[in-house]
Amino acid sequence: MTDPLSQAFAALADPTRRDLVVRLTDGDATVGQLAAPYQVSVQAISKHLKVLEQAGLVSRRAEGHRSPVHLEAEVFDLMTKWIERYRQRAEARYRRLDVVLAELDDEETGHRPTRAEETA
Amino acid sequence: MNGTRTTATIEADPTVPIIRITRDFAATAAQLFRAHTDPELFARWVGPDAMSTTLDHWDARTGGSWRYVSAQDGMEFGFHGCFHEVRPDRIVQTFTWEGDPDGVALETLTFEDLGDGRTRLRTQSLCDSFEARDGWLRSGMEVGVDQGHAKLDALLTAGGIAGTARGAGA
Repeated sequence: MTDPLSQAFAALADPTRRDLVVRLTDGDATVGQLAAPYQVSVQAISKHLKVLEQAGLVSRRAEGHRSPVHLEAEVFDLMTKWIERYRQRAEARYRRLDVVLAELDDEETGHRPTRAEETA
Repeated sequence: MNGTRTTATIEADPTVPIIRITRDFAATAAQLFRAHTDPELFARWVGPDAMSTTLDHWDARTGGSWRYVSAQDGMEFGFHGCFHEVRPDRIVQTFTWEGDPDGVALETLTFEDLGDGRTRLRTQSLCDSFEARDGWLRSGMEVGVDQGHAKLDALLTAGGIAGTARGAGA
């Protein structure tokens, strides 16, 4: 998995890592602070953070438990943008489908002469 | 999953390589089914605006298969697959882009009658790897439409990566 988007998605496939990311949206925090609410060891949280770091989702100025972990929001913006553009393409396709469906409606109801035309 | 989806909503599942898209239509389930199985109707809406789509082969029955080619400026993109199951409320099919001939996605489409002549279309594309799925998502970049940034919290709702419609009327 070398491409950045795949790495980011893969890193977020884990519920603990997603939880860590959500908590980092409130602001930077140290490994110790991040590990506090969990039943697992600080080392286990450190490992999760390393995965997030390699995926470019978080950064640390230095190794060690006192160095604050920072969320790299741009990566999320990029992921969101890609998904949004894919959505827009699907929406464009469905708008063309809307047009086709409207014509089907006309076929079923509109081609019969109206009462006004019949009596005219 | 209530409320209207007058513009498409999308979800890229973080735990399995799936893309889900939901959209409501002012049409009956039977009409929607027809627009997905009648070759002339299908060819009119499937391809991007700038492309013309030609159906090379089309047998929209359980056990049938399909192939179409979308062309733009002398470039051709071929797609093919098999209809695993075709019935009025559900179509299951495989999907391969011939630019990546070993890749195959499994697509499940359902047509849910919402009453009042409205129908909800749900499509689920299960790709064969996260790389393949994300490659599809990335292909949306080609559209090149510049939109405002979505909010980080929207991305993270419900522990998933869920983009929601923010278009007009949503």
